[in-house]
Amino acid sequence: MAITREDVVHLAELSNISLAEGQIEPLIKDLDNILGYISQLDELDTDNVEPTYQCFDMQNVWREDEIEEFEAKREDLLALTRESEDNQIKVPKVL
Amino acid sequence: MITANKDIKAVDLVREALEKAKEFEEYHCFISMNEARALEHAREIDERIARGENVGRLAGVPYALKDNYLSHEGETTAAARMLDDFPSPITATAVAKLEAEGAIMIGRANLDAYAHGSSTENSYFGVTHNAHDMERVAGGSSGGSAAAVALGIVQFALGSDTGGSIRQPASYNGVYGIKPTFGTVSRYGVVAMASSTDTMGCFTNNADDMNLIMSIMSGKDAKDSTTLDDFWQEKLEDGKQAEKKKIGLISDFLGDGVDPEVAKNVRDYAKKLEKAGYAVEEVSMPILKYGLAIYYVVQPAEVASNLSRYDGIRYGHRAAEFDDLDGLYANTRNEGFMPENKRRIMIGNFVLSSGFFDAYYLKAQKARTLLINAYNEVFEKYDALLCPVAPAPAFKIGEKVNDPLAMYMEDVMSVPPSMAGLPAISVPAGKTKAGLPVGAQLIGQRQSDQMLLSIAKSVEEQA
Repeated sequence: MAITREDVVHLAELSNISLAEGQIEPLIKDLDNILGYISQLDELDTDNVEPTYQCFDMQNVWREDEIEEFEAKREDLLALTRESEDNQIKVPKVL
Repeated sequence: MITANKDIKAVDLVREALEKAKEFEEYHCFISMNEARALEHAREIDERIARGENVGRLAGVPYALKDNYLSHEGETTAAARMLDDFPSPITATAVAKLEAEGAIMIGRANLDAYAHGSSTENSYFGVTHNAHDMERVAGGSSGGSAAAVALGIVQFALGSDTGGSIRQPASYNGVYGIKPTFGTVSRYGVVAMASSTDTMGCFTNNADDMNLIMSIMSGKDAKDSTTLDDFWQEKLEDGKQAEKKKIGLISDFLGDGVDPEVAKNVRDYAKKLEKAGYAVEEVSMPILKYGLAIYYVVQPAEVASNLSRYDGIRYGHRAAEFDDLDGLYANTRNEGFMPENKRRIMIGNFVLSSGFFDAYYLKAQKARTLLINAYNEVFEKYDALLCPVAPAPAFKIGEKVNDPLAMYMEDVMSVPPSMAGLPAISVPAGKTKAGLPVGAQLIGQRQSDQMLLSIAKSVEEQA
């Protein structure tokens, strides 16, 4: 498939990235090349093959539901945000 | 490994490393230095040694930390503008374990932003130069760490390897690099890239040092549920074999598209293995040529998910200008990520989107099963596999920056073991006529990491 300008704009939207006009053109070519390369997987017969999402077939790892002290303090974590008030992180109006 | 003791002062070890870092500043191995704290730790260690205390197996040993590890000492950048002004609130388990043994972090090493890249050119803070040729790349993404060891600034450095990010720069700079079995070292406190293949490892100058560092860092961690029970033995077994071990030389990676000097150096390494008593024979694995295509579906998909957390709200960069909340996210992410980060996020969201999921993502994960099956099959016959780390030695700075696919091709030989969770090490095999290092890659079955190091050591001992 050939990647179009609309595809790039749509993917940028899905990715929450505000591309400037000049960024779009090179991405059309780059994504098209990369996806073209990937499409060689079509040569492989994968009928009746199970997918591998993780290599070691790990199962759920359980632990007791106990409260543990976290190494970082609340103030340190809140200090990482640009704006906070009364232990709350401030964001622009949502509604 | 040179450690501090009654005769060798930790302060001198740290000072020497800091001086060398300054001497080689133009190579740009580091994003930030940890000078004052490092010297303070060194003084403490010297005092403890003077009191006769046991200060650990890495007493006073200076090291470089890839700047995608979090440490309470200083700020982590992941070489992206996104983590601008980010004093780490936590410390990575691997870092805590090393420091408990007396190791001292002298600086944070440069990388491709978010470890996306194969040259360390994709760093917000500028490119790292190859230790053997200023005009060439150090490789990546752990380029700063590899060059720092190769230049003799530190005896070891930490890296992370998702598809070759330790092995390829190790090869380019002529040092040892290990991507351990998936789950060997905790990833707690390291900036996530692709969670099904992210591994933590290191760079050293020899097999014994590598064994020491890995024996300290490995083990189960309640904070990373993918970690395996500790299988790492303290001592490295010598290369003596009760039964002659068989090593398969992967013929698919020695022909077309491979620099003849790379192929020659790897074949010479195979001869050294034979001299050390191993049986080497060529083996073909046709599925390997699809490894890179599998990786460039699965990895961007996981990158897209992992990097969705960077929203400008809780930490890191936040755009100064925006109209509403969506604009805050979108402007922050455009400003904070490097172009390669954006490409991977967008590819990831493409292969995961409805309509394309089956044709790309599911297809790749099925192909991944075929790749793993192929490895299982060859490991019935061979104890380990040998091939180059990358198709060519270090390339010129700027040569591939505008061609992402050409850059991805750098990973064609390092990606397959990552997709299968297998251990792989890069060991110096020799040099080209122009003096550029070439690495050989040894690959083994799950948890055979130390056997690979023993094999490397038996060749080391011939020198």
